[in-house]
Amino acid sequence: MSSDYNFAYLDEQTKRMIRRALLKGVAIPGYQVPFASREMPMPYGWGTGGVQVTAACLLPDDTLKVIDQGADDTTNAVSIRKFFEKTASVSVTEETTEATVIQTRHRIPETPLTEGQILVYQVPIPEPLRFLEPRETETRKMHALEEYGLMHVKLYEDIARHGHIATAYAYPVKVEGRYVMDPSPIPKFDNPKMEMAGLQLFGAGREQRIYAVPPYTRVVSLDFEDHPFERGGAQQPCGLCAATDAYLDEVIMDDIGTRMFVCSDTDYCRKRREVGHVGEMGVPKAEDAA
Amino acid sequence: MIQVENVSKDFTLHNQNSVVIPVMENANMTVMPGECVGLTGSSGAGKSTLMRMIYGNYLTRSGRIMVGDLDVVTALPREILDLRRDTLGYVSQFLRVVPRVPTLDVVCEPMLAVGMAQDVAHARARELLTRLRIPERLWSLSPLTFSGGEQQRVNIARGFAHEYPAMLLDEPTASLDVANRETVLSLIGQAKARGAAIIGIFHDEAARAQVCDREIDVSTFARKAV
Amino acid sequence: MTPLLQVSGISKYYDTRLGCRDVSFDLYPGEVLGIVGESGSGKSTLLNCLAGHQEPDTGKVVFDTRADGPKDTVTMSEPERRMLSRTDWAFVHQNPRDGLRMGVSAGGNVGERLMAVGARHYGNIRAAAIDWLDKVEISQDRTDDRPSQFSGGMQQRLQIARNLVTGPRLIFMDEPTGGLDVSVQARLLDLLRGLVRELGLSAIVVTHDLAVVRLLADRLMVMKDGQVIEKGLTDQVLDDPQHAYTQLLVSSVLQV
Repeated sequence: MSSDYNFAYLDEQTKRMIRRALLKGVAIPGYQVPFASREMPMPYGWGTGGVQVTAACLLPDDTLKVIDQGADDTTNAVSIRKFFEKTASVSVTEETTEATVIQTRHRIPETPLTEGQILVYQVPIPEPLRFLEPRETETRKMHALEEYGLMHVKLYEDIARHGHIATAYAYPVKVEGRYVMDPSPIPKFDNPKMEMAGLQLFGAGREQRIYAVPPYTRVVSLDFEDHPFERGGAQQPCGLCAATDAYLDEVIMDDIGTRMFVCSDTDYCRKRREVGHVGEMGVPKAEDAA
Repeated sequence: MIQVENVSKDFTLHNQNSVVIPVMENANMTVMPGECVGLTGSSGAGKSTLMRMIYGNYLTRSGRIMVGDLDVVTALPREILDLRRDTLGYVSQFLRVVPRVPTLDVVCEPMLAVGMAQDVAHARARELLTRLRIPERLWSLSPLTFSGGEQQRVNIARGFAHEYPAMLLDEPTASLDVANRETVLSLIGQAKARGAAIIGIFHDEAARAQVCDREIDVSTFARKAV
Repeated sequence: MTPLLQVSGISKYYDTRLGCRDVSFDLYPGEVLGIVGESGSGKSTLLNCLAGHQEPDTGKVVFDTRADGPKDTVTMSEPERRMLSRTDWAFVHQNPRDGLRMGVSAGGNVGERLMAVGARHYGNIRAAAIDWLDKVEISQDRTDDRPSQFSGGMQQRLQIARNLVTGPRLIFMDEPTGGLDVSVQARLLDLLRGLVRELGLSAIVVTHDLAVVRLLADRLMVMKDGQVIEKGLTDQVLDDPQHAYTQLLVSSVLQV
């Protein structure tokens, strides 16, 4: 299929520039590398950072998966997947295990990634210290000098206010014992998964920052000795596939507040149902017409 | 203990046509431990000025002022502070304290400054305040709310709290009633008995006669007319 | 005895305009030095140069560090200097908004310096914070309130607690009682005096209020046009001023 676009939309110079930033990011895990973010044919906040990183990584024989909040079928995910189908002619998949590059917004797939897979995160605000220290000059200095006391002030405030660390997503981590990093707004449930075999790349388009966590890097969630990090998890099994080890979304069923909890990772849930797991509100796979 | 040698002093008022007011020249005096010397001379003769020079509160143009083995004229500020804390006490007519601080703490401060234990200092402060007839109900209030006479007695209690080897007393008995005047004079007597060298200014002649071993007329130090 | 701070030949120019020129002094442990002068006399510039907020054009600020003894803080590395300003140094700003995090609770404000030097036990941090709030007379039930809900005097006391929690040895104060009611000022002065004596702190206090230095400072420097024109014991400088400007300054104070 021929295309009027350069492969993966971006011109080669730009991709080279982004790759240099990515290499630097991989060399200094957790460090925010500035890059010259381009205008993309989609608005900021729709994943322009992630899309540029994906574009710079894609090869013609790659298989791409795109998820938004764990789902392959939401508008954002579908648009980005179509974008690369059109501009790079790569094959696409919804299966975590089949993909070589996975672009994600707000989740890490439940199925563990393997060596050779790349996970690209869309990042709205890359600076974990931003909410407490508005000055960029100061936050840069704090990273450079490893002055991270302020990060714990945020957690302290949580405990003082709520009795426990109430930060539930974008929970700050320390990477390889050096840089404190915002893992993008993934639920803290996903934090432990960041120590993985796959390569994790983070792109923030509006803020023009790229950072990375290479495979098998230590990623530690910040906490206090007497208030250790807690992953949290589902209070009940998935309503469709009965999984107890997955992150669940709450779905409101009607106007009187009936709810159900289902896996946010649609691929994971479907796979489980395919091999016969059935949740309380689910139906066996054969009859699942939808 | 206190030795004043060839001391001169004048004031230059830069903002009043730089007029120079000579105060004294070649002043000499010596006070031995256990001795109380009264300064006399008419008002303006320089009694308080000399006392303030010994305390390091006024600068001295020339000469030497030895208190113990420190020359106050050339001493560093830090050395003078040490001297004032440990060796040289000063009781003026006026109480100068931080607002809001309770009387008992005001009296304790000089003792705590030399490292006395809190309970010992408190006990001594209570004893002094009782002797000076400050009613106990006032001890927890700031002395700045007191009458002039009460303030002066608090100041005396504070001045006699730590047993300084040398003391300067500027009108300690002025405006006191008879009973309190006797108390102050007995405090001075006790200080002498333990060996303190004291210089005092007393307008009250009877008081002067009672505690002073010698008198020195400061007007003899006045600079000769130019 | 080694001076805690040895300042020599500090000068600072803003282009060609003079900030301060050739200031030298020693500060010994436990001493409180007052710096007075009118607005524009260079006293704040000097304080900022001493505290590492501004780089002087010439001169040395040698601090007796705990680990390595006397070291010039002007030429030391920035991480080292910043560490110093979080541990052994404290800076109390005139405006509490410059010295506090207004969006963080009082307890968090006090705890920040502890967390910055590695404290990671919530219970201990909170206990230390409450202890210090108590020392500066802020009641425990205000621990989780934000400074924006505090009065000016309380904010200033909170700033002091936040600074002193790591047990600094030198505290810089820029008009610490400026902008406060006199009754609140007195309370703050009393508090500062008590802390200085109890903890053996050394302090450098910049102010234009002569009453404040008389009560707080052992020694005094008078600045005019960027230079120190007179220095000595505080009461001596105030009671027997030698320089024309100091005489003017002292005689200009309104009597109550």
